[in-house]
Amino acid sequence: MNGTPIWPIEASRYAGRVDFLFGSLLLISVLTMGLVVFLLALFATKYRHSSKAIRDGSTIKTWRFEVAWTAVTLLVFVGLAVWGADLYLRLYNPPSDALQIFVVGKQWMWKAQHPGGQAEINELHVPAGQDIRLVLASQDVIHSFYVPALRIKQDVVPGRYETMWFRADRPGRYHLFCAEYCGTDHAHMGGWVTVMNPREYADWLRQQGGQQTLAMQGQTLFRRYGCSGCHNPGGTVRAPQLEGVFGSPVPLSDGSVVIADDRYVRDSILNPKGQVAAGYAPVMPTFAGQVSEDDLAKLVAYIESIGPTKAGGGR
Amino acid sequence: MSRPPNESYLSAKIGIRSWLLTTDHKRIALLYFAAITGFFAIGGFAATLIRYELITPGPTLGSPDFYNRLFTMHGVIMVWFFLIPSIPATMGNFIIPLMIGARDLAFPRLNLLSWYLFVIGGLITLTALLLGGLDTGWTFYEPYSTFYATGYVILAITGIVVAGFSSILTGLNFIVTIHKLRAPGMTWYRLPVFVWSTYATSLILVLATPVLAMTLLMLIAERVLGVGIFSPQLGGDPILFQHMFWFYSHPAVYIMILPSMGVISEIVPVFARKQLFGYTFVVWCSIAIAAIGFLVWGHHMFVAGQALYASLAFSFLSYLVAVPSAIKVFNWTATLHEGWIRFDAPMLYAFGFIGLFTMGGLTGLFLAALPIDVHVTDTYFVVAHFHYIMVGGAVMGYFAGLHYWWPKITGRRYPEYWARFAAILAFFGFNLTFFPQFILGYLGMPRRYQSYPPEFQVWHVLSSAGASILAVGYALPLFYFLWSILKGERAPANPWQATGLEWTSRSPPPPNNFDVTPTVVRPPYQYQRGDPCPQVDSD
Repeated sequence: MNGTPIWPIEASRYAGRVDFLFGSLLLISVLTMGLVVFLLALFATKYRHSSKAIRDGSTIKTWRFEVAWTAVTLLVFVGLAVWGADLYLRLYNPPSDALQIFVVGKQWMWKAQHPGGQAEINELHVPAGQDIRLVLASQDVIHSFYVPALRIKQDVVPGRYETMWFRADRPGRYHLFCAEYCGTDHAHMGGWVTVMNPREYADWLRQQGGQQTLAMQGQTLFRRYGCSGCHNPGGTVRAPQLEGVFGSPVPLSDGSVVIADDRYVRDSILNPKGQVAAGYAPVMPTFAGQVSEDDLAKLVAYIESIGPTKAGGGR
Repeated sequence: MSRPPNESYLSAKIGIRSWLLTTDHKRIALLYFAAITGFFAIGGFAATLIRYELITPGPTLGSPDFYNRLFTMHGVIMVWFFLIPSIPATMGNFIIPLMIGARDLAFPRLNLLSWYLFVIGGLITLTALLLGGLDTGWTFYEPYSTFYATGYVILAITGIVVAGFSSILTGLNFIVTIHKLRAPGMTWYRLPVFVWSTYATSLILVLATPVLAMTLLMLIAERVLGVGIFSPQLGGDPILFQHMFWFYSHPAVYIMILPSMGVISEIVPVFARKQLFGYTFVVWCSIAIAAIGFLVWGHHMFVAGQALYASLAFSFLSYLVAVPSAIKVFNWTATLHEGWIRFDAPMLYAFGFIGLFTMGGLTGLFLAALPIDVHVTDTYFVVAHFHYIMVGGAVMGYFAGLHYWWPKITGRRYPEYWARFAAILAFFGFNLTFFPQFILGYLGMPRRYQSYPPEFQVWHVLSSAGASILAVGYALPLFYFLWSILKGERAPANPWQATGLEWTSRSPPPPNNFDVTPTVVRPPYQYQRGDPCPQVDSD
C-alpha cells in the first residue's frame, strides 16, 4: 500500500472484468484523441497561413464524411453501451446462497452485523471466494458504501433497504469509503474491508463469538417490542403467523401479491398500513422512529430464520 | 436625428444613471461582464483554497466544516453565478443583435430586469456565503439539506431561485429576438452557428430552469414548513429530489457548453480563412444535443437506487447524446483542411477548447458505461471529467470569445503576445490540475474529502501545482484587458477580416448598431482563397 499507485488493486475477478472494459475504453480514447490531435497538428502546420501547400478544394463532398463518422461513432457507442450493460446486469443478480451481512450507515460510521451475531464498526471481515450479499440501511442521510478494490459502490438511501453483492477473491485489507457527501466527518466515514481465507475467517468469527446469532437477538427483540403478542399463536389480536412466510408470496388486501423479502418485512414494521396482508384488518401500529436500523436488521434476520428455507436460499 | 459620426454606445451617454437604467443590449452585456467577473473571482478564490487545503492528507487550513462550506461555495458560485450566465448573458447579449442585424433584443427592458434579477439573486446568495455559508454541496441532496445541513441554506437557495428567473427571461428574450428580429435576407440557414447554439441554449434555459425553481422551492417548503416531500422522516422520497434536481442540472451542463461550441464554430472558420465544414450538421447537432440532453439525467443516479431498466436506458441515451458532440469535433477539425490558418489568441483558445473538450467528452463515455460509473461516480474521476467540460470546454470558449470580440466590444486591440502566452499557460495549467484527478478517481479517491489516505498525496500535489499555473493564466487577461482599455491600439471595424454582420458595424458599435438595416446576401463563413466574402455587400 506504500508508494504512489497508478492503478487500483483488483481484489476480485469482477474488478478484473471492469478493468478490462476500462482498458478497452482507454484504448479507444487514446486512438480517438491521437487522431484528433494528429489531424489538428497536421493541418495547423501544413495549412498555416504562410505555407504554399496546394489547396485545390478536391475534398468538398461533406455529407459523405458526415454520414461516415456519424455511423462509425454510433456503432462504437452502441457496442460500448451493450458491453457495459451486460457487466452491470451481473451486479443485479445475486447468487441465492450468498452469505448475508447487514450494514447500517450513520453519521459517521459503518456498522456491520454478521449472521452469527458478530458486529463490527468501520471494519468488514469477509471470507475470500464466497458470495457475500450486503443488506444496507441508513439511519440518517444518504451514504454510499464504496470499496474501490472491488469496483463496487451502492448509495444507501434512508427509508429503504439497498442490496449489493460481491465475491472477493484475493485476501487483503482494502479501503472502505463513504462516497456520498454526508456532512462534517464524511471523509472519516470509512475503514477497511478485510478479505480472509475461509479458515482464518472461521477463526475470526470464533474469536468474536460467544454472542447470540443475529436471528436469536431478533427473537428477543420480537418479544420486547411486543410483536409476539399478536403474531404468535393465541395472540390477543388476529394477526398473520410469520412462520414460513419469508421468501414466499403474500397476497395483499388490494389484490396484488408481493414476495416477503427483507424489504417487505422492514416496510411492514415501519409502515404496516402500506401493504396489508389479505384477510387482516389494518390494525398494526407503526414502529417508525422506535426501532433503530440495527434492531430492524435483527428482526428481519429472525423472520428470515423462521422462514421455509432456513439456509437463506429461495430468493 | 443628427449624431456625431463616431458616436459609440460607450460615449452616447455618460454617468452612472445612464448605465444602471440602460436598455442597450451592449451596455447590459457589459453590466453582466462586471458582475460575472466578480463571481468568477470569488469562485476561483474558493477553488484556490480548496487546492491549497488538499496539498496535505490531513486538515491544512481549517476544520472539516470549513472545507465543506468551501466546496459548497465554489460549486454554487461557479455553476449559477458564473457558468450558466457566462457566454449567453455577456457575448450573447452583445453580439446576437449585431449578428442578425437587429438594433436590440426583442425586449430591451426585460433584458435590464434580467440583469437586476441576476444581481439581486447573486447578492442574496453571496450574503448567505459571507454570513458563514452552508454545507450542503451545490447539489443540495436530501434528506441532508432538510434535516442535517447547517448554515444559511434557505438564503442561498432563495438567491439561486431569483437568479433562475433571470435565466428564464434571458432565454425567452433570445428566442423571440432570433425568431422576429432577423434582418432581411438573414434566413435560418444563414445564421451564424453562434446564434443557433444560443437558440438551443435558450430552449434549455426556458424549459429546464422552472424545474430547478420548483425543486428548490419544495426544499424550502420542507425545511421551513415541514411539508414532507423528499425526506423519508416525513414520508418523502430522497430519490425524487435527485430526479428533479438532475432534470435541470444535467441540461444545465449543455447550457454551459453549447454557447462555447458556438463561439468555437465562429472562430475556427475565421482563423482558418475557410468555410465551416458541415454547417448544417453542426447547427442540427446543437439542437440534437439540447433535445437529447433532456433525456439523460438518470446517469447521475446509477448507484443511487433507481430502477435497473432506467439505468440501462439512461446509459444508452448518454452514449447517444455524445454522438452530436463528436460530430462537431470532427467538423471543426475538417474545417482546418486546406485553410490559411492564423494563430492569434482566439484561435489558440479554440485549439485548447477542442483538445480539452474532446478529453472531457471521451471520459464521459467511461461514465456512461454502467460498471465503470459504479466504480468512479462520486470520485475525482467525475470531478476531473466535468471540469474538462465546464472549465476546459466552457471557460476556454468564454476566453476565446472574449478575445475574439474584444476589439468590437471596446474598440481597442489587446496585446496579442500576452494573450497567446495566457492561452498557452491556461492550457498547460489546466491539464496539470485536472489530469491527475482522473488517476486519483480511478484509484478510488472519493470527492468532497478534506482528508484522504496518504498514498493519494502525490497526485493531489501535482493537481494543486497545476491550479497555481491555471490561476495565473486566468488572472493575466484581467491585467492586459485593463491595459487595453486604457492604452490599447484603436481597433478597426473588422480586425479579423471576418464575414459576419457584427463586423460591418463600427468598433465599438453605435448605440443603435446599424445606421441602415443591413440586407444579408449570403451564408456565413464564405471565403475565397482566404479572402472574406461578407454576409452583406458593401454598398
